[in-house]
Amino acid sequence: MRKHPRLIALNVLVVAGAAVMVFPFLWAFVTSISPGAGLSATPQLIPENPSLSAYAELLQRLPFVQIVLNSLILAILTTVFQLATSSLAAYVFSRMPFKGRNAVFAVYLATMMVPLQVLVVPLFVEMKSLGLIDTYLGVLLPGVASAFGVFLLRQAMNSVPTDLDQAATLDGAGHFRIFGLIILPLVRPALATLTVFAFLNSWNSFLWPLIILRTPAMKTLPVALAALQGQYTTQWDIVMAGSVVSVLPMLALYIFTQKYIIQGVAGTGLK
Amino acid sequence: MTTVGNSKPGVLRATTTRGGNPAPIRRKPAPRLRYALTVALFLLPSALPLLFFTIVPMVSAFWISLNQWNLVGSMKWVGLDNYARLVTDPGTQGAFLHTVYYIVGYLPLVYVGGLAIALALNARIKGRSMLRGLYFLPVVTSWIVVALVWRWLLNPSTGIVNWLLGLIGIAGPGWWTDPAWSMPAIILASAWKDLGFVMVILLAGLQAIPEELYEAATVDGAGPWRRLFSITLPMLSPSTFFVIVLSLINGFQVFDQVYAMTGGGPNNSSQVVVQQIYDLTFRYGRAGEASALSWLLFLFILIITLIQVRGQKKWVNYA
Repeated sequence: MRKHPRLIALNVLVVAGAAVMVFPFLWAFVTSISPGAGLSATPQLIPENPSLSAYAELLQRLPFVQIVLNSLILAILTTVFQLATSSLAAYVFSRMPFKGRNAVFAVYLATMMVPLQVLVVPLFVEMKSLGLIDTYLGVLLPGVASAFGVFLLRQAMNSVPTDLDQAATLDGAGHFRIFGLIILPLVRPALATLTVFAFLNSWNSFLWPLIILRTPAMKTLPVALAALQGQYTTQWDIVMAGSVVSVLPMLALYIFTQKYIIQGVAGTGLK
Repeated sequence: MTTVGNSKPGVLRATTTRGGNPAPIRRKPAPRLRYALTVALFLLPSALPLLFFTIVPMVSAFWISLNQWNLVGSMKWVGLDNYARLVTDPGTQGAFLHTVYYIVGYLPLVYVGGLAIALALNARIKGRSMLRGLYFLPVVTSWIVVALVWRWLLNPSTGIVNWLLGLIGIAGPGWWTDPAWSMPAIILASAWKDLGFVMVILLAGLQAIPEELYEAATVDGAGPWRRLFSITLPMLSPSTFFVIVLSLINGFQVFDQVYAMTGGGPNNSSQVVVQQIYDLTFRYGRAGEASALSWLLFLFILIITLIQVRGQKKWVNYA
């Protein structure tokens, strides 16, 4: 690598920028192990008496393990359902022509345009009449299908050559076998991308769980965190401990799936 | 002799005849019906949820918006009154203004910042994939955590941002306790979170620009700025278009960070449209007006998106 002063300056700038991106996370962690943070006007960069008491307090005041499990199970279920429903539909839009298919696909795409906010009141009413307020099923149901997922997987399936499944058809394979044994294995990268997106969206979703969940122990992590802030408005160490705990699983997932996430995002911007 | 049946989708039968004797034809029961059933089986698991949890609520939101309703009692038909009232209501006008304020502050910040980082990380820099990962980290974090952490960083009396500003002799503002600074605080946190997302989109666009263009321009004597404005930006226009459309759609729906950072306050200074919808429904029980506002927001986003899609021919260059 050539040592060019410009390049060195660029390096310094980029690293400084990255520090700005990471610092809030570090600072949240430092705060979480500094009992009584927020009482003094001079922030302590290295805590005087580091302690995990905020974490212990968090466990005591909230059914925290339960809340993490709630988020986790809902995110896993949402992901599994979205993978199943989206891949089946994508197969039809890619491989099974029928009259009016384009129109149906257009309706699917149109639902992507509808903001959740427009749906909030009637969805709430719908869930109420189904008796699903304050139930996990009520949180889960609106997210079991994803038009975005159908779109993403259809794109991937369209790039699989049709020769393969035509050959399988000649060998007597039906659509179920072609779908399961040929197409699905070939679109694995797209499935991985959808997995990450679906999990992330569910793990981070806020407005819908906020509206539908009432029982504190049933809440998901973001909703519980937002409520925590209201309750312990001055106890920043506890609020930051909760934030740290909610970031850690995402961080772990992110480290292993970075490639798919970044590729997935990059891919959505390309024509 | 084996003939493969016509290539109608799903209709594929082998008819075997030997020595004039018609072989027993295993006819599958009504192949067309079978095909239709297969299509239905594949489509329904996604079509039914989309129908019941998106399309039906969408339509019924419109129905509710034509009524006066507090979520529990009976509905009272009021026609377009809710819409008429919202358009003239100062609270709603304020919410729209604040939402526009958010977008006007957020979009340039996140685009210019994202572009600068994308350009830097497209250069030959050591450890650039790890750096990309770091810039992207906030994108995977939930809005609530981002909002809480930034509320803490921007705490007027004990936050580290004001402390650092104090070190260089600047008296930091009250941020979320000051009506003049609540929106900038939200914009700052949002831009920080989304920078990495914009960076990745633009980086993908940058990587699709052929190197020869730059080489030719350099031979012709174009400096770095000239190359940026004459090659990079025009070639990036599809990615730019995508970022702008998406940011506008998301910007008009801004909520999580507002709810967790300020709740719309202080003194309604950061009240945005979705916070207004939430408050109307769940604080004041005015579901009819909330639904009308939802529909107004939806139409607003739709019109703005359509205008952009129409206008893109003028400046977006799909090479």
